[in-house]
Amino acid sequence: MDGPILELRDVKTHFPLHSGFLLRRQVGAVRAVDGVSLTVREGEVVGLVGESGCGKSTLARTILQLVPLTGGSVELNGRDLGKATPAQMLAARRDLQMIFQDPYASLNPRMTVQSTLSEPLLVHGVCSAAEAPKKVAELMALVGLAPRFAQKYPHEFSGGQRQRIAIARALALRPKIVVADEPVSALDVSIQAQILNLLADLCRRMNLALVFIAHDLSVVRHISDRVAVMYLGKIVELGPAAEVIDHPRHPYTRALVSAIPVADPAAERARHRIVLAGDPPSPINPPAGCAFHPRCPYAVARCSEAVPPLVPAGPARQAACIRLGEI
Amino acid sequence: MPLLEVTDLRTHFHTRNGTYRAVDGVSFSVDRGQTLGIVGESGSGKSVTCYSIMGLIPQPPGRIESGSAMFDGVDLLRCTPAQARSIRGKRISMIFQDPMTSLNPFLRISEQVTEPLIVHGLATRREALRRALEMMEAVGINDAARRIRFYPHEFSGGMRQRVMIAMALVTRPELLIADEPTTALDVTVQAQILDLIRRLQKELGMAVIFVTHDLGVVAGLCDRVQVMYAGRVMEAASTAELFARPLHPYTRGLQRSIPGLQPKGRELFTIPGLPPDVSKPLPGCAFAERCEYAAPKCIQGRPELAPAGPGHLHACVRAHDGEIGRD
Repeated sequence: MDGPILELRDVKTHFPLHSGFLLRRQVGAVRAVDGVSLTVREGEVVGLVGESGCGKSTLARTILQLVPLTGGSVELNGRDLGKATPAQMLAARRDLQMIFQDPYASLNPRMTVQSTLSEPLLVHGVCSAAEAPKKVAELMALVGLAPRFAQKYPHEFSGGQRQRIAIARALALRPKIVVADEPVSALDVSIQAQILNLLADLCRRMNLALVFIAHDLSVVRHISDRVAVMYLGKIVELGPAAEVIDHPRHPYTRALVSAIPVADPAAERARHRIVLAGDPPSPINPPAGCAFHPRCPYAVARCSEAVPPLVPAGPARQAACIRLGEI
Repeated sequence: MPLLEVTDLRTHFHTRNGTYRAVDGVSFSVDRGQTLGIVGESGSGKSVTCYSIMGLIPQPPGRIESGSAMFDGVDLLRCTPAQARSIRGKRISMIFQDPMTSLNPFLRISEQVTEPLIVHGLATRREALRRALEMMEAVGINDAARRIRFYPHEFSGGMRQRVMIAMALVTRPELLIADEPTTALDVTVQAQILDLIRRLQKELGMAVIFVTHDLGVVAGLCDRVQVMYAGRVMEAASTAELFARPLHPYTRGLQRSIPGLQPKGRELFTIPGLPPDVSKPLPGCAFAERCEYAAPKCIQGRPELAPAGPGHLHACVRAHDGEIGRD
């Protein structure tokens, strides 16, 4: 593992809320991502977990500059993407690619695999139209698809195969970092394992950095080097994946880990489960202080006073809780 | 006598592209107060099995080709519409996967939760409202008296699933069919809903058929499990037995492909290939094509469910002949 490839500094993505018809005023904002700092090194797999609405997908889109940044900076290879010109941004996209959750929606149904996979190559002038079929065949072989399927359309493939096509498309330009937004959530268990193996293998072979977003902690634990747990737009815990999931420090991570069902009847019935009450609060009007305190079993009065910063919590670990030492 | 006994159920869909054998000879029974888990990947026929029992298969294109589903002396597949109405929604209720689309967006929650009681003539409007409120409180909706006047869009996903459960249980059914009720929810909310089903089942003494693709959920909730593949039952046993001593290679494959149960960093075990096309006849074992233990006899004739110990059934000829599964 080498130097940092992607550096997020206090990234904020807010979506304004308007009211009124003629005189539209901004009445508030959805604070989808609210101050995230994270560094991804070359070849590193960083897992990003949290419940729906915690801002993990918005963070992914912010990294790719698919939604405008409200504050902070996203740096790829030391260049601030927020300040990049369109031409610079186009160049940066060669190094930064994305895989989406739903392979049924993310592939154009009217394009064959051949045209889907050759499009990035031609747009970025990597090869000529004549060379494209050979490149496409290589890409298909790379993700475990037979090159003879190149003239088929997405609907002729199963979900797992479509996700392979989406992965091949993301890798066409040999990027340095890929952001994968729940790439296996829509797949069955046995197919999920195939795609996870493929991603892990590709990361190793191509020294690819991966930001892997999922809500399934066991999947994240398996594939990631480090994991960041998000709650209501903020990272609440960060550290080596196995450490964080096997020995969580932040009360939210603890609850999240204890909510995963374990496929072992004896262990499942014996273990202690922390069942959180209620739903995550609204990111329009987040609770004062620690956003988790209304649902936290350990909350005390001072938890609602100030937003807790990420503080060191063991080797290479950080957590955002003021009561770390007490619980 | 079991509460529900399904024998040799076959539900096929006749389409322009051929006949899809979605459910192809499924037999099982559920006792009073028991929880049966039905596990399988998408397309294994687990939902169609439930829909067939509830009479929710659109006919055409679907057709129930054979079989019976005896519920307290009445064959649900062949009874008169009046008999079906007196059972469905009253003595057997169902909850669906997607709480976002299975509530009527135009009706207040109060109308939807009281409807089963009024339709079945179990209560007057006033009495029904009182019982609906009780049930809303029982499923953990705070401030039920006010929120019963809300419309579905005013609730979050977890809350809507609670409303669905309240609706299903307001008539105090003897059997609840839950078709992936937690798949669309976050793990922390899933833990709440599973706790709720477990508690209400004890209080009401009802039987539950719980359909899921998550072996972890089954481990914590069910008394018995049956594993389905390509419209057939591959293995059925008590939960403890199935997890401790899985005999069918498919069950073992499913169990081994769960990331959480495997050592980190190692390549995940996967079942190679894809599920079979159920529009083509499968003369032998449906899993033979993907099975690492497949032998010539596996494709000669369809393996029947055979007992392998008390309450443990499986459909693998090689395990039955003692050639595999003794490790």
